[in-house]
Amino acid sequence: MLVLENVDAHYGKSHVLHGVSIEVRAGEVVGLLGRNGVGKTTTLKAIMGMARRTAGRITFEGRDLQGVPPHALAGLGIAWVPEERRIFRLLTVLENLRTGLDRSGITPARREALLEKVYAYFPILRERRNQPGGTLSGGEQQMLAIARAMVLEPKIILLDEPTEGLMPRMVAQIQEIVHALHRDGVAILLVEQNVPLTLDAAGRVYIMEKGAVRHHASSAELRADQRVIHEYLGV
Amino acid sequence: MDQILVQTLHGVVNGMVLAMVASGLTLIFGIMDIVNFAHGDLLMLGAFVGASVLGVTGNYWLALLAAAVAIAILGAVLQVTTLRPLIGRDPLTTILATFGLSLVLQKYALWQWGPSVRRISEPVPGDFTLFHIQYPWYRVATAVLAGLILGGLWLFLKYGKYGIWIRATTQDRVMAQAMGIPVPLVYTAVFAIGSAMAAASGVLFGPFAGVTQTMGFDFTLRAFIVVVVGGMGNLGGSILASIFVSLLESYAAIIVSPAQAVIVSFIALVLTMLFRPTGLFVPTPK
Amino acid sequence: MSATPAARPGPPVVGYWIGFAVVVALLIIAPFVLPPFWQRFATEILIWGLLAMSSDILIGYTGMVSFGHSAFFGLGMYGAAAALLTVKPPSLGLAVLYGLVAAGVAAVFVAYFATRLREIYFSISTLVFSQIFYVIIFTWTEVTGGENGLTFSQPRLPLPGLSSDRFTPTTLHWFVLTVVVISYLLVRRITQSPFGKVLQSIRENEPRTRAIGYPVERYKMVAVMLSGLFAGLAGVLYAIQNKFAAPDFVFFVVSGEVIIFNVMGGMGTLVGPFAGAAFFLLLREGLSRFLTEYYLIPLGIIFIIMIIFLPQGLLGFLRRRLNA
Repeated sequence: MLVLENVDAHYGKSHVLHGVSIEVRAGEVVGLLGRNGVGKTTTLKAIMGMARRTAGRITFEGRDLQGVPPHALAGLGIAWVPEERRIFRLLTVLENLRTGLDRSGITPARREALLEKVYAYFPILRERRNQPGGTLSGGEQQMLAIARAMVLEPKIILLDEPTEGLMPRMVAQIQEIVHALHRDGVAILLVEQNVPLTLDAAGRVYIMEKGAVRHHASSAELRADQRVIHEYLGV
Repeated sequence: MDQILVQTLHGVVNGMVLAMVASGLTLIFGIMDIVNFAHGDLLMLGAFVGASVLGVTGNYWLALLAAAVAIAILGAVLQVTTLRPLIGRDPLTTILATFGLSLVLQKYALWQWGPSVRRISEPVPGDFTLFHIQYPWYRVATAVLAGLILGGLWLFLKYGKYGIWIRATTQDRVMAQAMGIPVPLVYTAVFAIGSAMAAASGVLFGPFAGVTQTMGFDFTLRAFIVVVVGGMGNLGGSILASIFVSLLESYAAIIVSPAQAVIVSFIALVLTMLFRPTGLFVPTPK
Repeated sequence: MSATPAARPGPPVVGYWIGFAVVVALLIIAPFVLPPFWQRFATEILIWGLLAMSSDILIGYTGMVSFGHSAFFGLGMYGAAAALLTVKPPSLGLAVLYGLVAAGVAAVFVAYFATRLREIYFSISTLVFSQIFYVIIFTWTEVTGGENGLTFSQPRLPLPGLSSDRFTPTTLHWFVLTVVVISYLLVRRITQSPFGKVLQSIRENEPRTRAIGYPVERYKMVAVMLSGLFAGLAGVLYAIQNKFAAPDFVFFVVSGEVIIFNVMGGMGTLVGPFAGAAFFLLLREGLSRFLTEYYLIPLGIIFIIMIIFLPQGLLGFLRRRLNA
C-alpha cells in the first residue's frame, strides 16, 4: 500500500536518506528501528512531503506522491503523529479533534460516532475536552495526538516515537492502542527506539543506520536471534 | 474639562476604527508572517468604493457591504497573484511586494476617482448631548458598529469550523496541513477577511474626514504601531492597544497640533519595544 | 570550522574593472554630449545611486531593511542648508560637514535603538523614526521652513591652486561624480574587508554568527552609521545641486523608492543600486511622458513582477563575483 523505492532525501543541505526502500501493506504494522539520528523521522517526513526528495519514488495505493500537496495526504488516508506530538496548544482538546473531524463529506452522525470512539479509547480526553491542549501532560498530549490521527479514519498512521518520554504505565497503554488500531485494520508504520514494544506490535521490522535501511526481518526472526538488534541498536 | 471629555470620546471612537484595521493586519501577520504595507490602501479603496456606491444608491449600509465584499475579492486576488508566489521566501520580499502594491493601489485610486476629495455622508444625523458638549451620533454609531464587527470576528474565530482552521494554521501550519486543512486556501481567506475589515473601516471612517488617495498611510502606520504594542498576532491585544494609542493621541492633541500628536504614538511604540521585551528583542548572547 | 565566512573563488574578473572604467569615462564626458536636461538627469542618477548604495550596505550586506534612509538623506540636505544659510560666504566644506554631522547624529540614534530589534521590528521602527523626523521638520516651521523648505545659494568650489569659481552644471557634475566614485570605492573597500565579511555572515545566518562569538549588535550599529553617513552625503550633494531642501524628501516614500532601486538593481552588489536608480528614473521619465502622474502604476507592477521573478535584480548575477 505504501511503498518507498530507493528514496534519497535532503534536509536543508545535508543528504539524509540514501536509497531507502520500505513497504507497508494494508492492515500491517511495520516497525522502523534505529538509533537517534539515523533518519527514521526524516523517512516519515519524506512521506509527508516535508523533506526534499532527490531520488526514488514514494507511492501510496499505486499513486505517486510526488507533487501531491501536503494538505491532500490526510484525504488520501495518511495520518501523521509526529515525534513532538505537535498539539495545537491554544486550541482545546475538542478543537484539536475537530481539526480532523470537521473534514468534508462526513455526516454529523459519523462525527459523533468517531468522537465517542476516541473518548472510549481515551477517557481522559473526554474529561479534558474543553481544556487547552497546552495544559495536558505529556502522556495526555500523546493520546490526543493519536486520537487526532484516528478521527481522520486513516488507512495508515505514521507513528513517530509514541512512547518517548512516557512512564511505563503509559507505554503499556500505547501498546494497547497500537494493538487496537491493528485490530481495526489500520496499517501503522511505527518508528521507535523501544525494541520490545516494536517487536511485540509489529510483524516486520526495518532497521536503519546512517540514513539507509540495513536490515529487514520479521519480528519473530529478530526475537529469535538477538545479535542483529545488538549490532544496530546496542541493546 | 469639556475638552478632555471630547478628546476621550474621540480617542475611543478612533480607537475602535483603528482596532478594526489593526485586527486585520495582526490576523494576516499571525498566520502568514506577512506585514501588509498595503493594508491602509485597502482601507482607502474600500472608502472610495463605498463613496461611489453611496452616490449611486444613497444607502449607507449597502455601501458598507459592497465595499467589504469588493475589497475582500481584491485582497484574495492580490494574495493569490503576488503574495502566494513569495511564500517561503525571505520575509523581506513580502514587505517589498506589499509596498509596491501600496504604490500601485494609490495611483490606481487617483486614476479611477480623480484627485478631488470624496464625501461619505453620515449614516446617522444629529448630535447628542453629554454634560455640556455635543457629540455627533454617527461617531458613536461607528464605534458601536466597529465593536459589533470585531465581536463577530471573535465569535467566528472561536466557534466556527473555519475559525478553528484559521487558529490551527496560525499555531502550526505544518500540522494543520497534516490534518488535511487546505492551508493555501486558509491564507487567501484570511487575507480576504483582513482586507474586508480594512475596507469596512474605510467606509466607517469616511464621514470623519473625507476620502482621499493618501488616507491609507496614516492608518497603516498606526496599525503597525498598535500591532507591535499589542503583541504581533494577538487579536485582543491589538484591540486594547488601538484604544490606548488613540486615547494617547487624542489627549496629546489638546497640547500640540494634531500633526504632531502622532509622535506620541511613535513614542509609545519605541517604549514598548524597549521595555516590554517579550519576543521583541533579540536574546542577549549567553 | 573557520571563524570567518567561507572564501569565494577569486576576485572579480579584470573585465569588471574595465567595465567600471568605461562607465566612469562615459560619465565624465556626459556633460559634453548630453543636452542640459539629460546632463542634470545624469547627475541626479548619481546622487540617488549613492543614496541607494548606502542602503545596500544594510539591505544587501547586513540583511536589514531600513525605511529610514529618507531621514538621513533629508538631514544631510537640511544640514547642508543650515551651513549655507548661516555661514557667509557659503562654504562647501562646511555644508558637507554639517550635513554629515546631522545625518550621523540621526544614525547613532537609530542605530542604538533599532539594532536591538530583529528583522521586522527593526524595519517598522526605522519607518517610525523617519516619520518622526518628517513630522519634526514639517512642523518646526521657524527653523526648517516647514512645508516650503529652505532655499539657499550654491557654495563655491574651492580648488587649491585653481580659481574658486561658482559651479557650472558641468563642474558640479564632475564634483558629484568624484564624490560618488570615491564613496563607492571606499564602501567597496569596507565591504570586502573582514568587517564586511562579518556583515555578510550576519545576513546569511545571524544566530550562527552570534554563536561564533561576534558582537552582532555592534557590527549592526556600525553598519547603520556607515549607511547613514553616506546617505547624508547624498543629501548634501542634492542640496548643493538643487539649492533647496524640502520635507518631501524626508517622507518615507523616498526610503521606499530607494529600496526599489536596490531591489531592481541587485542587492549586495553596490553597483546594482546605481543601475536600479538609473532604470527606475529612466522608466519614470519615459512613462510619465505618456501617463503623467500615473507612471507609478506600470512602474509599481514592474517592480512587483521583478520581486517575484527576478529577485536578484538586474545586476544580481554580479553578486558572487563582486564579493569575493
